Amino acid sequence: MTNDELKIKFADLLPTVSFEEGGEWLNLFVSPEEFKSFVSQLRSTPGLDFDYLFCLTNVDWKTHFTMVYHFTSTIHRHNIVVKVKLDRNNPEIETVSDIWRTAEMLEREVYDLFGVKFLHHPDLRRLIMPDDWEGWPLRKDYEDPVNMIKL
Amino acid sequence: MFEEIGTTAEGDLIINVGPQHPATHGVLHLVITLNGETIRKVEPHLGYIHRSIEKMCESLSYRQFIYVTSRMDYLSSHINNHGCALCVEKGLQVEVPQRAQFIRVIMDELTRIASHELWWGAMAMDLGAFTPFFHAFRERETITDIMEKTCGARLTMNYMVPGGVMAELHPDFQKDVKSFIQLYKSKFEEYNELVTGNIIFQNRMKSVGILSKEDAISYGCTGPVARGSGVHCDIRKLYPYDIYSTVVFDEITETAGDSYARYLVRLREMQQSIRIIEQLIDNIPAGDFQAKTKAVLKLPKGEFYQRVETARGELGVYIVSEGGTTPYRIKFRSPGFSNLSALEHMVKGLKIGDLIASMGTLDLVIPDIDR
Repeated sequence: MTNDELKIKFADLLPTVSFEEGGEWLNLFVSPEEFKSFVSQLRSTPGLDFDYLFCLTNVDWKTHFTMVYHFTSTIHRHNIVVKVKLDRNNPEIETVSDIWRTAEMLEREVYDLFGVKFLHHPDLRRLIMPDDWEGWPLRKDYEDPVNMIKL
Repeated sequence: MFEEIGTTAEGDLIINVGPQHPATHGVLHLVITLNGETIRKVEPHLGYIHRSIEKMCESLSYRQFIYVTSRMDYLSSHINNHGCALCVEKGLQVEVPQRAQFIRVIMDELTRIASHELWWGAMAMDLGAFTPFFHAFRERETITDIMEKTCGARLTMNYMVPGGVMAELHPDFQKDVKSFIQLYKSKFEEYNELVTGNIIFQNRMKSVGILSKEDAISYGCTGPVARGSGVHCDIRKLYPYDIYSTVVFDEITETAGDSYARYLVRLREMQQSIRIIEQLIDNIPAGDFQAKTKAVLKLPKGEFYQRVETARGELGVYIVSEGGTTPYRIKFRSPGFSNLSALEHMVKGLKIGDLIASMGTLDLVIPDIDR
């Protein structure tokens, strides 16, 4: 599907979705409350079939977080980016690990490095940093005088 | 972490494989729950070689950060550099000279062969066959010598830069590559005689660690792991970069999804890489090896994503730029990370010996997973 066809389809699924074009792929902005029900439709709606979550990450914008999900369909070969703005002081979002299994480890990584809480995640623990580590290393205001070398 | 060793309430045994274990090829730590010899649970513990490359890149310029990425998947360092260079070029909208594109693709494919050679030798060693390791390293050594002549390094090449490649090819390059192709073709049959046709080897690999096509996609597996399950996921075919759209090669897929299928995919991929190099090596056009770029690179405000096919699968480079000289945020979607996440699903219910056979065909490189 082309971006224009996709836009019509998404607006049908969720009227409050907003778009941003200009980049390589179509960007969608979704609120955290509507996120879970929306993305599960991405996977199951015929014609969309976004079965492959190839990148899941977070960006710290100092005032808020943006969760970034890159989806593609291995059947139709179209790509989209879904973005969700989160409150930086209390970042919480529903897990997608029950829809895309790869998200289980990717979400653990984001939790480990940013402190984003994934609700209903089966096993949300630190993945890379030691279990007793304090702080969230990839946040912009993270300070570690021992291990970080400022250039 | 280590206090977990012992028995569970149900009488299952918990053991550690790694972080120092010959079969994990690096510092991967698996906590395995065993019922007798049957695997109940496999839990990877990562981070033993975590250097926070993503954080480091935030304070490095667009020319500097590429050198750090050689240290991620050190067996495909050329291809890591290639992906980063392409992503920066996408932001700068630089046209790369034809000569540089040819050199890049030849280097990528040589890297792929070298990486698969090392996997082949090391995987056979995991299964108890020591000889293949030396056969594999005989050919791999020739490639590292070729790399050393042109790039000055044998492992972390740092040869590709935004706009092209760093330096001109060594005068012997074409001659050396051609004699390598000769050598490789004369030796390839040995690989099949030594390992592929071996009945003990086949019994250990066939129907072991099965991954279905749906699961491979759901777990985000890419590269030979997913192609062994019949997923068409070769980035060189789907989203061609540089001159991959003009070369002729086959995307190798198998349908069985077991360890043996993944083994065959990698073995045949080496031959396809030879095929690509043969098409290009005599036709490298004359001209510049690098486009003219500014000394200090500044990417426009925005987001750039580039994927490339490394020896292990799809590497994604995601750069968020605020218009400055350093990336605001950078994320590497590493192939090994997603491939590893499928391990537990593959080996649940199998015997512990099968874990080694399955893990061997995942071709894990730990610095690529930890980053």
